[in-house]
Amino acid sequence: AWASYMTNSPTLIVMIGLPARGKTYMSKKLTRYLNWIGVPTKVFNLGVYRREAVKSYKSYDFFRHDNKEAMEIRKRCALVALEDVKSYLLEECGQIAVRSSALKIAFHQGSSKLPGVFFVESVCDDPEVIAANILEVKVSSPDYPERHRENVMDDFLKRIECYKVTYEPLDPDANDKDLSFIKVINVGQRFLVNRVQDYIQSKIVYYLMNIHVQPRTIYLCRHGESEYNLVGRIGGDSGLSARGKQFSQALKKFIEEQEIVDLKVWTSQLKRTIQTAESLGVLYEQWKILNEIDAGVCEEMTYAEIEAKYPDEFAMRDQEKYLYRYPGGESYQDLVQRLEPVIMELERQGNVLVISHQAVMRCLLAYFLDKSADELPYLRCPLHTILKLTPVAYGCKVETITLNVEAVNTHRDKPSLNSLPSRQSPVRMRRNSFTPRAGADTVKRPRHHSLGSKPLHLLGPLPSLE
Amino acid sequence: PAARELTQNPLQKTWEPYDNGLPAGHSAQRGVCMTNCPTLIVMVGLPARGKTYISKKLTRYLNWIGVPTKEFNVGQYRRDLVKKYKSFEFFLPDNEEGLKIRKQCALAALNDVRQYLSEENGHVAVFDATNTTRERRETIYKFGEENGYKTFFVESVCVDPEVIAANIVQVKLGSPDYVDCSNDEATEDFMKRIECYKNSYETLDETLDKDLSYIKIMDVGRSYLVNRVMDHIQSRIVYYLMNIHVTPRSIYLCRHGESELNLKGRIGGDPGLSVRGKEFAKSLAQFINEQNIKDLKVWTSQMKRTIQTAEALGVPYEQWKVLNEIDAGVCEEMTYEEIQENYPLEFALRDQDKYRYRYPKGESYEDLVQRLEPVIMELERQENVLVICHQAVMRCLLAYFLDKPAEQLPYLKCPLHTVLKLTPVAYGKCNNVYL
Repeated sequence: AWASYMTNSPTLIVMIGLPARGKTYMSKKLTRYLNWIGVPTKVFNLGVYRREAVKSYKSYDFFRHDNKEAMEIRKRCALVALEDVKSYLLEECGQIAVRSSALKIAFHQGSSKLPGVFFVESVCDDPEVIAANILEVKVSSPDYPERHRENVMDDFLKRIECYKVTYEPLDPDANDKDLSFIKVINVGQRFLVNRVQDYIQSKIVYYLMNIHVQPRTIYLCRHGESEYNLVGRIGGDSGLSARGKQFSQALKKFIEEQEIVDLKVWTSQLKRTIQTAESLGVLYEQWKILNEIDAGVCEEMTYAEIEAKYPDEFAMRDQEKYLYRYPGGESYQDLVQRLEPVIMELERQGNVLVISHQAVMRCLLAYFLDKSADELPYLRCPLHTILKLTPVAYGCKVETITLNVEAVNTHRDKPSLNSLPSRQSPVRMRRNSFTPRAGADTVKRPRHHSLGSKPLHLLGPLPSLE
Repeated sequence: PAARELTQNPLQKTWEPYDNGLPAGHSAQRGVCMTNCPTLIVMVGLPARGKTYISKKLTRYLNWIGVPTKEFNVGQYRRDLVKKYKSFEFFLPDNEEGLKIRKQCALAALNDVRQYLSEENGHVAVFDATNTTRERRETIYKFGEENGYKTFFVESVCVDPEVIAANIVQVKLGSPDYVDCSNDEATEDFMKRIECYKNSYETLDETLDKDLSYIKIMDVGRSYLVNRVMDHIQSRIVYYLMNIHVTPRSIYLCRHGESELNLKGRIGGDPGLSVRGKEFAKSLAQFINEQNIKDLKVWTSQMKRTIQTAEALGVPYEQWKVLNEIDAGVCEEMTYEEIQENYPLEFALRDQDKYRYRYPKGESYEDLVQRLEPVIMELERQENVLVICHQAVMRCLLAYFLDKPAEQLPYLKCPLHTVLKLTPVAYGKCNNVYL
């Protein structure tokens, strides 16, 4: 239950390690994951602060441990960063701040609202891995705008040497035995985990232990056009239309042309994705949790029918599409929670093709492309289109491939603000009742801390239900 | 070639391709983590380090999530062979007779492992023995390789004499080995038994064992060293082992108070409490107060009836959507008579295989277990918790704690207005029932 941990103390994650050990990579990935599962997280990168303070980087000399002037600048940057971290945690109600730095910072306990601290150290002694890191992310860094590649490598390796002089790795047997941390060794070959304190640290450890850096490609697409798509009905379990079957054949050809090594194929347990996979003629795995969002009482209706029968529900959904839960059904937020094991397994895997549904694909895409909850329900995932995702540096390259098989358009943009009824104050309606909001006489239920919802600023006494 | 036709399995409502009227294998159903090749988990550690505790718990968890798992305790094989235990001298490193018997037992156990994994469709075998020498571990690793198993070592390292003493009191004193001894005699003998192993103990080493897959658990979970996790099931095992603890605590399970639909014999829906249900909520509040539980967490589902029940307690509670009752799909809010009348086939199918049966547009118990796994994981992390849930949900949770197999799970007795108090005791969970 994320809610209780969100209302408990916030967490400060401190990244530790020599340069080119993947700290920023892990920070950004971790931040993306935590935000996706609903834990507000932000990265504070010391390198960025340093670049702000020292407009132009000259050479590795800046990082020499005996360069007093530079040390002063770096210390000041650290303090500024810490101030920003504090305000994020305490004033902006963020819950986790991840600091990327090559220095180990001593924390001063005693302040009443200090966060729980969790260290993530990356240790690597494999020179090939380090060289590859430098080429992948450092060569294109703002520090090296026009340098020749060899010079960059040379300068950066010398920079690393500067840090090595004073680097004190976390020591679980003596000095650091009371700290909470994970030590990631040689890009995940080995891990040392010490004193995990709470739920969120346990999730962070699990995530870091499942990610890898092997190159691979993830393909996301929807099932072929279905019979229900043709008549504009949502949900249900219909089969493919003629054009949908055509798409499946085109998909098969596309996959063959891509010549992907060891491709895994995943579908939901709804007929239309399975039919699509069947055409590929390869082994596939069915996941119930990849099923389309459950529209509850609105299942198998058209949007026009929903608007006519449940006008309040229809309006509410356009107001808050991410949080809105269909009566007796699900919300996008529920979907994200349901899909978390899929994301975890996608991280573990290599090349995967996921044949799913519109809402599901939007959730998965939002994870890979770091889209916020506001954008997620409006991401474009048209039928008969494949998104090819390739991890690159700190993010994900996305390629859109249309297979030139006609299909209906199932996308609904967010209506303009003018057409929406005036928005109620921050209280959001969330419930699991089967009774849709029909009219003014429906009892307004106050919102409780439900799984994954944003925390309230005040924890007053909970009102009784009558 | 045209794509194969799909047929819907009437029990589980899953779509399967078929050839000539028969289901064709081509797709795998991801129940949880379908292991490609069987996994052999090898426990490592001195006596009284919690190996059997971990073996049994892990086995229980894996079976509950649907991975057929069995543990093989070499000590049990020894007890079966050597009818009467005399003293620690059996374990002296120079006792030829003892060594011979112990090796024989290990091989017998490995043989049974092979039968389980290669012939009986087991997915995971847990080999519970000290396995404290590198030589012994190499023998087992080779055995795994020869048979196509992936081997994963779980070592428990502990030097805290208090923990070890507590272990001995909890599980060794009551062992069949010490049935005729006083507690003091038993403790003394057991301490000498541990000494027999110490000289030859070779802990898993970061350098020498760098190519093995393992987790080393230190000081009952203060820290962990994890090396070369190979696949999904090993990742799940590591996650589970890192979340369990041995701090004494109690878990209370109960259903919501009687609901309006309960009164009408209707299933599902989102009704409120009946008058008697509200009475129960008040009694529950009183009961919880009397129990005087330290830092009790209260969890409910997101259905009105559990929330109303929790409200009566007057304490903060957390709502979990995944604790919602099983979704009966098209049968929601019907009585069993109505279901039988309107969906006679469904009604019959459910009785045939209640665990796997999925309501049309609804869920099965099997689905419920998958959905409840995060609850179990968090229950393992927590200490004192009261879970106010629903009949099918409570059956699933109870089956996990009491190690009940899938066939029994849907028939476990979870009546309204009854609280089950679960307290971990040695290798099991004993339960008390309160009305």
